[in-house]
Amino acid sequence: MSDDELARKQRRRRNIAIGLGVAGFVLIVYLVTILRMQANLAAGP
Amino acid sequence: MRHKPGMRQPVAISSMSAPDVAGPQDYFDLLKPRVMSLVVFTAAVGMVAAVADGARVPFGLALASLFAIAVGAGASGALNMWWDADIDSVMARTVGRPVPRGVVPRAEAAAFGGFLSALSVALLALSSNYVAAALLAFTIFFYLVIYSMWLKRSTPQNIVIGGAAGALPPVVAWAAVTGTAPVEAWILFAIIFLWTPPHFWALALYRDGDYARAGVPMMPNVAGRAATKRQIFAYSVVLAVAGLAPYFVGMAGPFYLAVAAALGGVFVYLAFKTLRSGDEDKASAKQLFAFSIIHLFAIFAAVLIEDLVALHV
Repeated sequence: MSDDELARKQRRRRNIAIGLGVAGFVLIVYLVTILRMQANLAAGP
Repeated sequence: MRHKPGMRQPVAISSMSAPDVAGPQDYFDLLKPRVMSLVVFTAAVGMVAAVADGARVPFGLALASLFAIAVGAGASGALNMWWDADIDSVMARTVGRPVPRGVVPRAEAAAFGGFLSALSVALLALSSNYVAAALLAFTIFFYLVIYSMWLKRSTPQNIVIGGAAGALPPVVAWAAVTGTAPVEAWILFAIIFLWTPPHFWALALYRDGDYARAGVPMMPNVAGRAATKRQIFAYSVVLAVAGLAPYFVGMAGPFYLAVAAALGGVFVYLAFKTLRSGDEDKASAKQLFAFSIIHLFAIFAAVLIEDLVALHV
């Protein structure tokens, strides 16, 4: 495999990791929001 | 002024045969995963101790808070690698890091660390409270600005004061669960704070060439080996006593007391052995350094085990 191909492959892996990281963060924020709403509802008015 | 007279200029090291494009692993390495794992562990212990003390928190939110603390610790590591790239490039222990290897540009390390810092503080504010988020932001600030930028290159007390950054995670975690930082959290802080100098000075005793080459004023290079060993011994005695404190304030039981006393005793013995080792002290310093890691892990594990048992009885 040439250096160019290796570089492209490495860049692609990095981009996938960034995508997964961003998606993971969005999911965590969503779940945390739901959990906080549940906790606040359980605590009552 | 980053380079003192006599200090070597940065050496760009690039021994790669592969293309110089960073992969996910290189960015993960920027987070100092081994340090991060210790931070996660001590923070988890702080969190469980707070729950054992009567605090209540949904499990999912506790996990998210722990994740935020881990990311904050990793962000500090990346920012430290950005700032200390010149030092890292001349030390055998750190020359393989992504920035000195030339795989990740310094600016990218800074951006990555800065971005993750903001993200971790925001996530902690969302998952727990503003007290914990402010403490995490302060920890990152302290590690980057007070330790890395200021103390590390200017005083042999660098790791004494800078150690506060590494000692704060259990306090942050306790605050994440309760919104406060009571004396019990600060006792956990004190154990890590007092553990840091003998741990790093033992490392500096057998890696003295590394620090001298980099121009970092570690205690052995500035005050000499004999003075360093005396200070290691003094800190070890204080650490051994401080290790007993959780029992005496009622946050730990007899099991913890026995474990802490035994670990403290061995620590003091190894520090004494190093103190008496004369010029041939590298082997005993290395032994002390290795044991110090076990010591911190075991003492926090003892707190964790007792609290988990108490929560399930």
